[in-house]
Amino acid sequence: MTTVVDGVFTLSQADKQERLLPELARLTEHHRRNGEAYARILSATGHGPDRDYRSVADLPWLPVRLFKTQVLKSIPDESVFKVLTSSGTTGDVSRIFLDKEAAAAQTRMLSRTIQAAIGRQRLPMLIADTPAVIKDRKSFSARGAGVLGMMNFGRDHVWALDPQEKPDVEAIKGFLAKHGGQPFLIFGFTFMVWLYLYEVAREHKLDLSNGVLIHSGGWKKLIDQSVDNAAFRQAFANHTGLTRIHNFYGMVEQIGVVYLEGPQGNSLYCPDFADVIIRDPETWQELPPGKPGLVEVVSTLPESYPGHALLTEDLGVVHGIDDGDWPGKRFSILGRLPRAEARGCSDTFSGGQA
Amino acid sequence: MSNIDRLRTSFRTALDLSSDFDVDALEYRGIEKWDSLAHMSLVATLEDEFGVMIDTDDVIDMSSFGKAREILQKQGVDFAG
Repeated sequence: MTTVVDGVFTLSQADKQERLLPELARLTEHHRRNGEAYARILSATGHGPDRDYRSVADLPWLPVRLFKTQVLKSIPDESVFKVLTSSGTTGDVSRIFLDKEAAAAQTRMLSRTIQAAIGRQRLPMLIADTPAVIKDRKSFSARGAGVLGMMNFGRDHVWALDPQEKPDVEAIKGFLAKHGGQPFLIFGFTFMVWLYLYEVAREHKLDLSNGVLIHSGGWKKLIDQSVDNAAFRQAFANHTGLTRIHNFYGMVEQIGVVYLEGPQGNSLYCPDFADVIIRDPETWQELPPGKPGLVEVVSTLPESYPGHALLTEDLGVVHGIDDGDWPGKRFSILGRLPRAEARGCSDTFSGGQA
Repeated sequence: MSNIDRLRTSFRTALDLSSDFDVDALEYRGIEKWDSLAHMSLVATLEDEFGVMIDTDDVIDMSSFGKAREILQKQGVDFAG
């Protein structure tokens, strides 16, 4: 379908199961041996050391929220190279501990995943954000860290918003005059891209047809305007000529893994080293394609903290398996688990997303 | 100026270091000034100085002065002389 660099979207679901299961079981043991808190959780939930696992869905998972209340790491304090934090809805933050190897591994795998969409070359890059997000070099917000991480994939970076967070139409026009005739990269958080770049491009009739847009961050702020993934793609195509659009889903607790929207749009795909399992929120049983439930994410990347199997607070649905642009499961995120359904999430269900 | 000195100068310029700062053993994040943002400007500086295009993998692999030298060498920059 599209150029896949070093292929991270290659494994059929059966091959993926076969590859992930022993690796995830190994990680479970590794984190049990190296993390006291994790070992206690495992033994309290009936996952003793000798248990045999027949499928990825049988492996023990941690609620993602635990990273907000517990120190969960499998490396000694002196090996900690980076501590990543996420902003929580109630002010509490997840803390994710990386050693040097883990930091390098996550960057490398993220890079291989994004290269599936944009190729190996760094492209001129338009950032749908303000340079103010990376102004404080000692402490980036999650947004700043996200922007900075993506900047590796670009060159000649231009910000679409000025430091006062107003659209910088002249800067955008200047960027397009210089780079608009060949492939260029656009990155931003979904609501920023919509509110600033899309609106500005439409108003000024800007041609974004050579762009490749990578965006993430969720649809909550756009649902009020009745904009879902399909409407977003349609609007960009109709008014700016931009059709190469890849949304992605990811979280700091599984850093290095992005679930990337395929070339045809409206489905997210799992890289070869990761997968999703949709679970019934009442029985925890795995649900078949077509049935919405809670999203569990698994990945073989986390060596420095027990993040290899995480139950998120997001609702999602698998649309199909081995039947899309890329092999494996294709799915959508539907929104947050409603607050009433336990665990105190303060976001409300927003529905109808990619 | 020899290529190795051009490389040293590029590092000092991009990372905002004094002109006598010994950069040969520098590692990414080994000093406060070589953070992820400075890394972008380092890459851009090297591209301008040596007239090369550095791809994403190399941007990520450029974890030390020595690595930068290797990456440029791979692109045909000669550090022998």
